[in-house]
Amino acid sequence: MLAPGTEIRVKLDWPETRGPCHIRTPHYLRGRTGTVERHLGDFPYPEDLAFARPAARLPLYHVRFDQPSVWGQGHTGDALVVELFEPWLETIAP
Amino acid sequence: MSLIEADSERLLAAVTSLLAQKGIASDDELVERQRVTDAASPGQGARMVARAWLDPEYRALMLADGAKAAEAIGIPMRGMPPLGVLENDAETHHLVVCTLCSCYPRAVLGYPPLWFKSAAYRARAVRDPRGILVEFGTTLPDSIRLRVVDSTADYRWMVLPMRPAGTEGWNEAQLTAIVREGDMIGVTLPQA
Repeated sequence: MLAPGTEIRVKLDWPETRGPCHIRTPHYLRGRTGTVERHLGDFPYPEDLAFARPAARLPLYHVRFDQPSVWGQGHTGDALVVELFEPWLETIAP
Repeated sequence: MSLIEADSERLLAAVTSLLAQKGIASDDELVERQRVTDAASPGQGARMVARAWLDPEYRALMLADGAKAAEAIGIPMRGMPPLGVLENDAETHHLVVCTLCSCYPRAVLGYPPLWFKSAAYRARAVRDPRGILVEFGTTLPDSIRLRVVDSTADYRWMVLPMRPAGTEGWNEAQLTAIVREGDMIGVTLPQA
């Protein structure tokens, strides 16, 4: 379980290039760094659920990203807050 | 014949009969769900907001568990995704979008407005949120921290806006009447 405040990087991965899949991690966040705000609960993993495969309940987090850094435009201090499943999050070594 | 060519009434009858046969949902349950879906409207969310403005205990419940708070005032939440409530304050404004599709807290806000599902809103809400807010008539001061909540997975999100000035002494019905759909998505602010 990732504690609030943990710095993470979203996996820079594109499973959609390898075959049919259902992903709830937006393209614009792949490879971006953010901060875990809180654990929202454990939910059946959509990447299995969408294909009627047995879906483990995995931790889902609210993760905060600096909005201007993601887009190269915006207002200092503005944030994007996104629900992401644990398999997509890599912790950054301090 | 492919599914796309099938007569939609017959297709629906086949699906509902399979749902019943497999014990997934009876006809009565489907009728009940249709009734609940049709009854949902922004007026439901507005009742929650007005109550939260008047009752600190209800406000605390709403921020801790939106679904429980909805049920507490008679909004059916069975089978609905968890409802998260985003609290605006003097320093923070929230804007909700679903960039992947059109996730929306239908139980408390009803059907989403068409623009919420548009590619333009979904793209711009994350890239140029302050710009899109201006087009809705909402200019945020520089001192306000904007949090754009991208509804990507299992939660549904609604905004608890700030109570506007000029509503002192108003009762719950008066307050409910001024809370609009856009105020609970975060594109507009309630006006007295």
